[in-house]
Amino acid sequence: MTTARSIIPLLNRLISRSQPSRSVTYMHRPGDGSPRPVTLIPGDGVGPLVTDAVEQVMEAMHAPVYFEKFEVHGTMKKFPEEVLDSIRKNKVCIKGGLATPMGGGVNSLNVYLRKELDLYASLVNCFNMRGLPTRHENVDIVVIRENTEGEYAGLEHEVVPGVVESLKVITKFCSERIASYAFEYAYLNNRKKVTAVHKANIMKLADGLFLEACREVAQKYPAIQYNEIIVDNCCMQLVSKPEQFDVMVTPNLYGNLVANTAAGICGGTGVMPGGNVGAEHAVFEQGASAGNVGKDSIVAQKTANPVALLLSSAMMLRHLQFPAFADRLETAVQKVILQGKVRTKDLGGSSTTQEVVDAVIDALD
Amino acid sequence: AVNGMIKYEEVVIDNCCMMFVKNPALFDVLVMPNLYGDNISDLCAGLVGAATLVRGIALAEAVYGSAPDIAGKNMGFECLFHEKFGKSNCFTAEWCSMLRHLNLHDKADLIQNAILNTIAEGKYQTADLGGKAKTIEFTNAIIDHL
Repeated sequence: MTTARSIIPLLNRLISRSQPSRSVTYMHRPGDGSPRPVTLIPGDGVGPLVTDAVEQVMEAMHAPVYFEKFEVHGTMKKFPEEVLDSIRKNKVCIKGGLATPMGGGVNSLNVYLRKELDLYASLVNCFNMRGLPTRHENVDIVVIRENTEGEYAGLEHEVVPGVVESLKVITKFCSERIASYAFEYAYLNNRKKVTAVHKANIMKLADGLFLEACREVAQKYPAIQYNEIIVDNCCMQLVSKPEQFDVMVTPNLYGNLVANTAAGICGGTGVMPGGNVGAEHAVFEQGASAGNVGKDSIVAQKTANPVALLLSSAMMLRHLQFPAFADRLETAVQKVILQGKVRTKDLGGSSTTQEVVDAVIDALD
Repeated sequence: AVNGMIKYEEVVIDNCCMMFVKNPALFDVLVMPNLYGDNISDLCAGLVGAATLVRGIALAEAVYGSAPDIAGKNMGFECLFHEKFGKSNCFTAEWCSMLRHLNLHDKADLIQNAILNTIAEGKYQTADLGGKAKTIEFTNAIIDHL
């Protein structure tokens, strides 16, 4: 089994080297090349390090974007209105994580931003990177997670001292739109299968409603395979046979767990790109565990992994309809990972963030 | 009496999932609420190879909510297995847990060793472990090893 599976990636590499890759034929409208403003929020912890990495690489590529930087910290009581206005104007934002204090009734500003701008879909792309061997191969999963309701509705109250009730809210409206997003994504990106993740055997009404919505949307896309899986079995399958999954659509909490598990099996949250999108805006950030601002030691030694945010910024460039720049950035990052010489600690190396950035800039063509 | 030698730390569930799949050796004992426990235990099961190799115990509490009353009342043994798997392996391991609980350690050891030897030998393995043996063949193999 190992011989057959190890030949295929080798063949792919040989084929891609022998055939000249066709250049991108993006026929733009006159004026599309003028620089687009993007809101940039460095955030807390490792956030400023990795957003700085993005700024440097964009500068080196002369990408047609310019950043409007705003300082936001997780300790702030409210999200500054001027930042929200900027995002509403620019429609696109890239950010580092905002530290959320544990407990204490202080709500996460990351979650607040997603709800305020109605960024109802969170997307994480977890895939094997060449040069980064993991326990599994041929993994390419996209987790699409409902971002506004479910267990994150934020409705908790203490009934009597020592008894807390937490409300999980699932609506047909939100379930339908996340399912529609997932199937539309699969359709536009030539994906073959959408899997709905649930726990409807226990939460019969809540997750049952979610499944109902998914099934209705699935009927509108007969060419895309649809199946359902219970979340605990899903976790188990993810760690034993992840190649069976393609696109996964999940409610809020399960999506968090599934996305992080999938990210972990492909190399960790330091490398997986992702973002949040709604009808009007898109906010790009590190794929999974976006609220994790890293340990103090990583911040002090400046060894945060910028790969995740760099790949997310490539997704952002494609979203802004600059496909050639996106391709260049992705190719450069993949080259650096493949060569394996410059890697941060989470990938088994000992380089600093700046060294990785320099390597990516060198690898740009 | 509180044992001051046990290290305690807290980890957010999403970070935990990620760390688990990257390096499960980081963790020793995990305590968590219901839903997360459901997920993490299946995740562990997937990591060790199959749900049927993992066993669990659910101890019901005494009526007035004090620490589990191990004098024999209200005990239930729950097997961690998924609908598709659920083979004899899991149940026999469960019996081991119960035998230990009843202080029949030597019998429990006998059965446990038999199971481990059967798996190590590799001749009879059920589908979830990558083999083709039927439940009854596997069970007979365990009995032979006793």
